[in-house]
Amino acid sequence: MTHTDWPLWEVFVRSRRGLSHTHAGSLHAPDAELALRNARDLYTRRGEGVSIWVVPSSAVTASSPDEKDPFFEPAADKPYRHPTFYEIPEGVRHL
Amino acid sequence: MATAAARDTAGSQAYDAPAGADDTAGHARAFDAAVAADERIEPRDWMPDAYRATLVRQIAQHAHSEIIGMQPEANWITRAPSLRRKAILMAKVQDEAGHGLYLYSAAETLGASRDELLDKLHSGRQKYSSIFNYPTLTWADVGAIGWLVDGAAITNQVPLCRCSYGPYARAMVRVCKEESFHQRQGYELLLALSKGTPEQHAMAQDAVDRWWWPSLMMFGPPDDESQHSAQSMAWKIKRHSNDELRQRFVDICVPQAESLGLTLPDPDLKWNEERGHHDFGAIDWSEFWDVLKGNGPCNEQRLTRRRQAHEEGAWVREAAAAHAAKHTNGETGAVRA
Repeated sequence: MTHTDWPLWEVFVRSRRGLSHTHAGSLHAPDAELALRNARDLYTRRGEGVSIWVVPSSAVTASSPDEKDPFFEPAADKPYRHPTFYEIPEGVRHL
Repeated sequence: MATAAARDTAGSQAYDAPAGADDTAGHARAFDAAVAADERIEPRDWMPDAYRATLVRQIAQHAHSEIIGMQPEANWITRAPSLRRKAILMAKVQDEAGHGLYLYSAAETLGASRDELLDKLHSGRQKYSSIFNYPTLTWADVGAIGWLVDGAAITNQVPLCRCSYGPYARAMVRVCKEESFHQRQGYELLLALSKGTPEQHAMAQDAVDRWWWPSLMMFGPPDDESQHSAQSMAWKIKRHSNDELRQRFVDICVPQAESLGLTLPDPDLKWNEERGHHDFGAIDWSEFWDVLKGNGPCNEQRLTRRRQAHEEGAWVREAAAAHAAKHTNGETGAVRA
């Protein structure tokens, strides 16, 4: 039986204009053109999209899966970046 | 930063061990805590080998079932009684192919390869749902499959949308959304036959009589004989036991059968006030195990057809690969958005 080893592609679908493309899933295809066609058949059979991106999975660079990754640490100790950090007297409006 | 394999839903490089990490006990604690907190496990997280193996087995079997499940219904596409029914049936069979592909992608996030999974299906080393080893003898069977087989599948799959493994749960969300159409078209088809001529009514009843018991078997063996159930529930891959889901399905079907004007072929089926559920007759598990072993009416036919379809499609795959190789570094259909 022949083995194909087609590369893996990540599929991003824009559900309607005004929204960003969102990751829908992945599929195998020999090239970008067929990846697009397969993505249309696989992820937009019911009008779920108006635009599709396909990206070779091998082209994605990712952070470590560890949630305690020090990579994200700088954001952890800065609650003053959130509006709820501040105490505002009751009755002050539009703030 | 780890390069390569971001892959939310896919990737053979399922887990990048951080440099110098041999803290298995620590990883196991983090895994258990995530499962206990109802968080999702994602492809590159550490996970116990047995959890990974269980998921690959279950997801692969699920994917194979979708692909093999195309055959019994495709059998009737050329003989659908109207253009409307033919278009519906083609869309449904195409959906089953799509469901198979979502699931193969989910299995690949665990390190399985697509070719390897197909090889295992073709050589009989991995199973698919026994229900597809029964033949579709009449047009009414298309309705009975939609109502009962897809109905049972939905009952099984809705809780899987909350499965602890993220990619499997996400695939199930997509599948469940599409499955609802499958069940409703089957019900509508049976209703039309049930209200039709006496011959059509009898055909619908005959189909329900043949599909009812195999549909109940789709939930798997009774809880006390189900070898993987307890561990799968502890890992929150499964949320409900086989018997619990089977009971839920029976309770759903009884009033639906009444509305169809059809009966379910079980003399022991009756409402139990005390339990708040329907009692139902004993299932013939010897039939289930026999079909599982390969002795169902269509086991041989289904696998032969699957291998044949794969072999006959080889030239398409080869041509696409040749075309891709020729155009490497050339123009593609993609345009920057």
